[in-house]
Amino acid sequence: MLDHAGDPASLLIAPTGGGKTLSGFLPTLIELGAAPGPGLHTLYVSPLKALAADIRRNLLVPLEGMGLNIRVEDRTGDTSALQRKRQRIDPPHILLTTPESLALLLTYPEAPQMFAHLQRVIVDEIHALAESKRGDQLMLGVARLLTFTPALRVVGLSATVEDPPALAGFLTPGLCTILTADPGPDPDIAMLATREPPPWAGGGGTYAIPAILKQVGQHKTTLIFHNTRAQAEIFFQALWSQNEDNLPIAIHHGALAREQRMRVEQAMNAGALRAVVCTGTLDLGLDWGDVDLVIQVGAPKNVKRLVQRIGRANHRYNAPSKALLVPANRFEVVECLAALQAVRAHDLDGEPRGPGPLDVLCQHILNTAAAGSFDADQLYRECLQAGPYADLARTDFDACLDFAATGGYALRAYDRWQRLVVHHGRYRLRDARAAAQIRLNLGTIEDRGLMKVRYAGRLGGAPLGEVEEFFASTLTKGDTFLMGGQIVRFDSMSEMQVDVTRDPGRKPKIAVFGGTKFATSTQLSARILAYLKAGDFSDLPAHTADWLIHQSEVSQLPTAERLLVESFPYEGLQHTTFWGFAGRNAMQTLGLLLTRRMEVLGLHPLGFVSTDYGVMIWGLEAVTDPAALLDPATLRDGFETWLADNALMKRSFRTVASVAGLIDRNISGQRRKLRQATMSSNLLYDTLRKHDPDHVVMRITRIEALRGLVDFGRIEQILAQFNGRIEHVKLDQISPLSAPLILEIGKVPVVGAGRARLVEDEARELMRNIGVE
Amino acid sequence: MNSYNFTLHGAELRALARGGLWWESEGVLVVADLHLGKALRLARRGGGLLPPWEAVDTLERLDALIRETDPDVVICLGDSFDDVQAADDVEENARLWLLRLMAGRRWLWVEGNHDPGPLSLPGEHHASFSLGPLAFRHIAQATDIAEISGHYHPKASIHAKGASLTRPCFLIDENRVILPALGSLTGGMACHEPIFSELMASDAIAVLTGDKVLPIPMPRHVR
Repeated sequence: MLDHAGDPASLLIAPTGGGKTLSGFLPTLIELGAAPGPGLHTLYVSPLKALAADIRRNLLVPLEGMGLNIRVEDRTGDTSALQRKRQRIDPPHILLTTPESLALLLTYPEAPQMFAHLQRVIVDEIHALAESKRGDQLMLGVARLLTFTPALRVVGLSATVEDPPALAGFLTPGLCTILTADPGPDPDIAMLATREPPPWAGGGGTYAIPAILKQVGQHKTTLIFHNTRAQAEIFFQALWSQNEDNLPIAIHHGALAREQRMRVEQAMNAGALRAVVCTGTLDLGLDWGDVDLVIQVGAPKNVKRLVQRIGRANHRYNAPSKALLVPANRFEVVECLAALQAVRAHDLDGEPRGPGPLDVLCQHILNTAAAGSFDADQLYRECLQAGPYADLARTDFDACLDFAATGGYALRAYDRWQRLVVHHGRYRLRDARAAAQIRLNLGTIEDRGLMKVRYAGRLGGAPLGEVEEFFASTLTKGDTFLMGGQIVRFDSMSEMQVDVTRDPGRKPKIAVFGGTKFATSTQLSARILAYLKAGDFSDLPAHTADWLIHQSEVSQLPTAERLLVESFPYEGLQHTTFWGFAGRNAMQTLGLLLTRRMEVLGLHPLGFVSTDYGVMIWGLEAVTDPAALLDPATLRDGFETWLADNALMKRSFRTVASVAGLIDRNISGQRRKLRQATMSSNLLYDTLRKHDPDHVVMRITRIEALRGLVDFGRIEQILAQFNGRIEHVKLDQISPLSAPLILEIGKVPVVGAGRARLVEDEARELMRNIGVE
Repeated sequence: MNSYNFTLHGAELRALARGGLWWESEGVLVVADLHLGKALRLARRGGGLLPPWEAVDTLERLDALIRETDPDVVICLGDSFDDVQAADDVEENARLWLLRLMAGRRWLWVEGNHDPGPLSLPGEHHASFSLGPLAFRHIAQATDIAEISGHYHPKASIHAKGASLTRPCFLIDENRVILPALGSLTGGMACHEPIFSELMASDAIAVLTGDKVLPIPMPRHVR
């Protein structure tokens, strides 16, 4: 690191726990030395607020020890207003912050002065930031910093990734030194042996609790990862009911109140916890004391994430990291085995990144205007210096600028009320007061409309946590659900919060948290299919081999040679699963095309859900002729028009519109409820589709929606591979293979005749109940 | 004509799927909360620039209602314009369209909270209005009976297994009717908000608008 301290850009790739972060800081500490001059020298950016606070603690200790007089401060959403103001005027030597806080800093006119002496920018966990719009916004911010101090040196710190040059390209469009640390010994990963077999579906790993508790007892500190918050809560509940030795075990996830999370983090640091049940919020390189085991419950949907997570255990650099996989159902056993093979073969998966999204650019233009006037040509050239926007076309930039300034509508209605006006060749805000509103709406994190949950009768006070507004709207008085490991009973709901009381006796309803649907992984699909084809299940546990044999007896096993389609009734609706094994993006696209076709044919589809392996569609009428549905010629006809009117497009639109600044996320402090925002974003979508379908926000929406989908050529490829060979199995009940799909998150509703009919039936039923025919 | 038919103090009324109230025997069409000019008002205040077609969409709906019923009298129950300046600013095409719709009809503008006071358009301007047994005003008064009002932009949801639907709705009981907002971009307030439980009787019906009317028992506030 020190040899390359003078390079304009460098990327350090090292497994977690390898001392990456401290290496990142070493050149700074040396340059500042014992008598540092005034002014901000180094800016450190990380994805988590907690990470910034943690690093500060870790830096201060050695700094004091070395007798160095270097000021280190952090600045995040948690920093007080007074402190933030002081930092703008009298900055420390090292500032630790988040992408959003940096973006906010750059909206102030004093930003150039504050960063005038900046020497280095360190972007930590850059592999994680590169996976979301936060990273795109950050890189635009870094490009801005480069205009303040052209000699600025940019450093990226990353965990193991599959394509280091691509990540270097994200960090900078120019030359970048890539330093790869010794990856260390191979991780020690195995499947956890359990007495009880996993179920066909559901359960979230609770069958393995006795074995898991035994492992916890044998290690210092264990992290038990789950793929969704709901699973973590249910598991935690069940774990405690069997925790006879009273081992101190806590729960940690993003929907819990900040105070509770902090308590858990502090207890971990102090070595007071034997285990923590958690989700991805603990994914990043926080130094969690003596974690010596990672247990992953539920198949790792993404091998890369598993390897990055495993870096967590045994934070000592040269000892192998230790992890155990706990499949939640029998299909996941096969998935875990394939994942293990992939890890041993160092076969990390990943999709290529794609260029920087334009909605982030629209927001960046507005954020720039908040800080003062700008020249369009200069701003465009500046954006080209940001890795993700290195290939930004001038026409796209101009479209975003036009949108930010005038709304970008075909009907030029806002000439008098433009947001940006041109004055002496430079763009500026028409109304300087708009800067406050722009700052309030800053950020790219998706608004999931969370409502605070509090104990009834308590005015204010720390909330228990948050639930999604959609979930809250389905509750009726008396319903119980899990929050932070407690069972609580729903009392009432107001505009912004949910009131509950403790109710330990009852069985809770499952809280439907959205969770993160991990990106697709095509390599795993191919491995699993090959596995199934081999037909030799001898290296599978007996319970899984039995399950596969059972599947082949009641239905069939999927193969690459012909498309297996299963149909069965379930909970009063007709379900059909198409086992394409083509990766989630392709299966999702197929779902959209097939449901459109089904709607046209009067089959009343209601929704679908997809995984890397299959897509399951449910509706009012049974599918009798899948071959007719899958005819490529008719599917192609649907392809262009399906873009028009589906739930996925509207979901993408909602996010894009709020990031780009079409919809305000925060209105004078009061967060708009997502449901109200949903209705208005749907109306906006319909209006634009009708009057201005080529509007830049619609274009960006299509691009965004297509990121989770594939082009029609890929669908044709998949269908060609099967070459018309379709095997349709009609069952009386759900098949072993389809069972896990019932609980899969990410269901897409189909708005059509089927929904209309169900809703009308329900309305009639409600009226009948009160005695009106 | 897709509608939910009911009687309010002797008057036979129809809640139309398109969002207007039709009193056939008197030839009276009632609509509420058009909020014309909302997008422009928000832009003027320095907010986001929303698609400028909301007036077109709202007037299209009003136009369709008028063609469906061919009324002699049209009552606009308040908040027809998003603010007073919007009424003056209303762009030329929208103004002409409105004038065309108004031709040959008696047109009553009832004051709302957004547009109190006379507007610079033809038609009669009233704070409130009575016709036969019925009273028309912008905001419901709890003590009143036989009253037609708007203001609250009510909406209701139906949750069926596997499907749900949310729509602007009429609220109807034996004493009053609250109309849905006809305007685009008006958002909506869910029926289970406390104010509706205070105003509407326990056997009130919510009639969802849309392609068809969908009457359901009004969802109430959980106390």
